[in-house]
Amino acid sequence: MSVEVESRMTQEAAPRVSGRDFLGAGETRRFLRSQAVLGGLTAVALIVALYMVFLYAPPEREMGEIQRLFYFHVASGWLAMVAFLVVFAGSLMFLWRGRLKYDRWAEASAGIGVLFTTIVLVTGPLWARPIWNTWWTWEPRLTSSLVLWIMYAAYLLLRGNFPESRKKYQICSVYAIIAFLDVPLVFFSVRRMRDAEVYRGLHPVVISANKIDLEPEMILTLIVSCLAFTLLYALLWRFRLRVGMVRDEIWRIRRVLMERE
Amino acid sequence: MMTRILELAFRLAWKDLRMEFRSRQNFLTVLFFAFIVIVIFNFAFEPGSPAIRESAPAILWVAFLFAGILNLSSAFIVEKEEGCLLGLLLAPMERGVIFIGKFLSNMMFQLLMELLIFPVFLVFFNIELRGGWLWFLLVVILVNTGFVAVGTLFSAMTIGLKTREVLLPILLFPVIVPVIIAGVRATGLVFQGSPGSDLGSWLKLLGGFDLVFVVVSAAVFRFVVEEAS
Repeated sequence: MSVEVESRMTQEAAPRVSGRDFLGAGETRRFLRSQAVLGGLTAVALIVALYMVFLYAPPEREMGEIQRLFYFHVASGWLAMVAFLVVFAGSLMFLWRGRLKYDRWAEASAGIGVLFTTIVLVTGPLWARPIWNTWWTWEPRLTSSLVLWIMYAAYLLLRGNFPESRKKYQICSVYAIIAFLDVPLVFFSVRRMRDAEVYRGLHPVVISANKIDLEPEMILTLIVSCLAFTLLYALLWRFRLRVGMVRDEIWRIRRVLMERE
Repeated sequence: MMTRILELAFRLAWKDLRMEFRSRQNFLTVLFFAFIVIVIFNFAFEPGSPAIRESAPAILWVAFLFAGILNLSSAFIVEKEEGCLLGLLLAPMERGVIFIGKFLSNMMFQLLMELLIFPVFLVFFNIELRGGWLWFLLVVILVNTGFVAVGTLFSAMTIGLKTREVLLPILLFPVIVPVIIAGVRATGLVFQGSPGSDLGSWLKLLGGFDLVFVVVSAAVFRFVVEEAS
């Protein structure tokens, strides 16, 4: 947060998140304790997931060891989906109810979603290079993920470019809602492209409506990975929410001090 | 009710058109920019090569949409600078009406620009419209509706930002990816003269996009322009 933004903030109406006047020491201690418990659980889950990915799950018959990327690739995609769903829900609730905390939900979630979409976009090519013999194709799933990444990165840029005000939060909510509604349209249009016809079916569809095309050990490994990443999301999201709350509190205090002078 | 909304919206659009007609400055700049893009692409490729003819629909839409962005980014400048936006907000009407009015005037600027640029494009690229004018007109109107609807909303979002002119394309282009894809493919089919079921499915996709985003944009417009309480 640059000094410029903060000083602008003090001039505009500084938002206040809740009725709480002060994020007291007891409150902070309770938050840290619950985060420690959650963090411990996440760490255990991630270690178990790592063990299962590398030692428990059998190697894939044709692809070999590189296929083990799959578990974290899918889990990252899952986490990103959860994150963007929270951005959408938070934005919708903010416009509907007008309570600032819903905007903070979206704010805290968007960055996590972009980060894990990045991980999806990096692990994908790493796997594709030996298997498809190319880093990237304009296959529907790849293209849609890329557009998704661009839209939410644009959302973060939009947030960064605005001076703080309630109007900013309304405008960002509107953009988040439009972006979310756009995702299925992007997918349909990309799937219909002529070039996409060539690549159709290239991306493995492991889980479809009627069957899961995996060994039981692999399914279990995938489920544990997704669970571990869900815990990781909860952990990160709560930290980011907290950072937002502390920042809002600092802005509020600063404004009060300015008014007193 | 519906006629009242449309009457108000047309009056707002008429105000924009009259103002633009008196100065013409903005429109001419946008028009010239589209012209330059068309010319520059001819140098970027080997002039007259088969590659450029194959890319013609893409080049056409890049020119139209880039020029359209310039048009959109100045859509609310007068309102902002002269404090006219506050006046509009005080007027006893739904916020959605302001959106529809702006949408109509932007749409007219966009269509007029395209109407003037398109003959130049046909001449420079040696294109024949084998698929018929009516199909092409339909594609153009459907693409512009989606582009201008979302663009007008985003233009209102970025009023008064220092980085407005960079931010608008950054926000707008990813969202209109479906429109770009469908528009370019449909235009290609019309140029080749094969408006079959393939064209129909692209038109359906464009129509769906337009329907969703015109309604959503009009509905959420008030959150974008209202001073928050």
